[in-house]
Amino acid sequence: MKWGVVVFPGSNDDQDALHCLREVLGQEAVALWHKSPDLQGADAVILPGGFSYGDYLRCGALARFSPVMQSVRTFAERGGVVLGICNGFQILCEAGLLPGALIRNRSLTFVCERVLLRVENAESRLTRLCREGELLEIPIKHGEGCYFADEVMLSALEANGQVLFRYADASGAVTSEANPNGSLRNIAGIRNARGNVFGMMPHPEHAAESLLGGEDGLKLFRALLSPEREAAQPTAAVPPRRTIASRS
Amino acid sequence: MLVRVYVTPKRGVLDPQGKAVAQSLHSLGFSEVADVRIGKYMEVKLDEGLSRPRAEARVREMCEQLLANQVIEDFRFEIAEDGARRR
Repeated sequence: MKWGVVVFPGSNDDQDALHCLREVLGQEAVALWHKSPDLQGADAVILPGGFSYGDYLRCGALARFSPVMQSVRTFAERGGVVLGICNGFQILCEAGLLPGALIRNRSLTFVCERVLLRVENAESRLTRLCREGELLEIPIKHGEGCYFADEVMLSALEANGQVLFRYADASGAVTSEANPNGSLRNIAGIRNARGNVFGMMPHPEHAAESLLGGEDGLKLFRALLSPEREAAQPTAAVPPRRTIASRS
Repeated sequence: MLVRVYVTPKRGVLDPQGKAVAQSLHSLGFSEVADVRIGKYMEVKLDEGLSRPRAEARVREMCEQLLANQVIEDFRFEIAEDGARRR
């Protein structure tokens, strides 16, 4: 399996994503400079964290028009797996490949800390190695990570099982104290309706080695490693989350 | 041709910056301030020769495609008097 990590001017976590994929997971991974529409045969594409285009105008507002993004859009429309991390999540929302938007943290401060994520939906391709209710400790570092969508959109996301992670406390409770940035409904990560495009504000690539503080992020990348290429999912709702399945 | 573009947060979108500014105004003694919302102001200078209706249509497209994120922002714009004529 080949991974492509898009690099925009101002991206900075592309190196960490490539390190995680190559050094930790032993994967073939290439950097994809934003100016080229060539995805170099990647089977999965990552939009990494950073400050693409200096966050000018709005985070991700300019990056979404880079030449590579038209290819990413086509790739996603054909069912290809795309994971947007932090700035990558912002870019996917600006591009309309994910619903909603990320705005300034409610505290107005840049937050740099480890948070706990409660896995809300363990049926998605990104979370299928997790259990529903499992807590993952993953770092965040952002000033504009507050997830926003209007009530209609939020209800649809919830009903469709598109919310993948929420900020939670150590007991798994989804509280405002556990919410580092004011995200509505403590939403930290989502998927699109079809289930092939993912966005999350926390950085799983920074939780890939115990030497550096933890490995909870690894199972997300591993979940995408599956060799079987799933047929394109219909845009219907995700199967009920209470399916009985043994995962080990 | 100069176009003034105003981009503001939609009603219902959290604006902690606006709240912080309102609080600062209060502590400066401006107790009559009920609310502050903070947006963006842009000046877009267009080449001469565009008709007004065409300019409006094009600026609207610019706002919808780039200048405003309509999930969280509203926009409006006004075409200013052509500065070159005032001499």
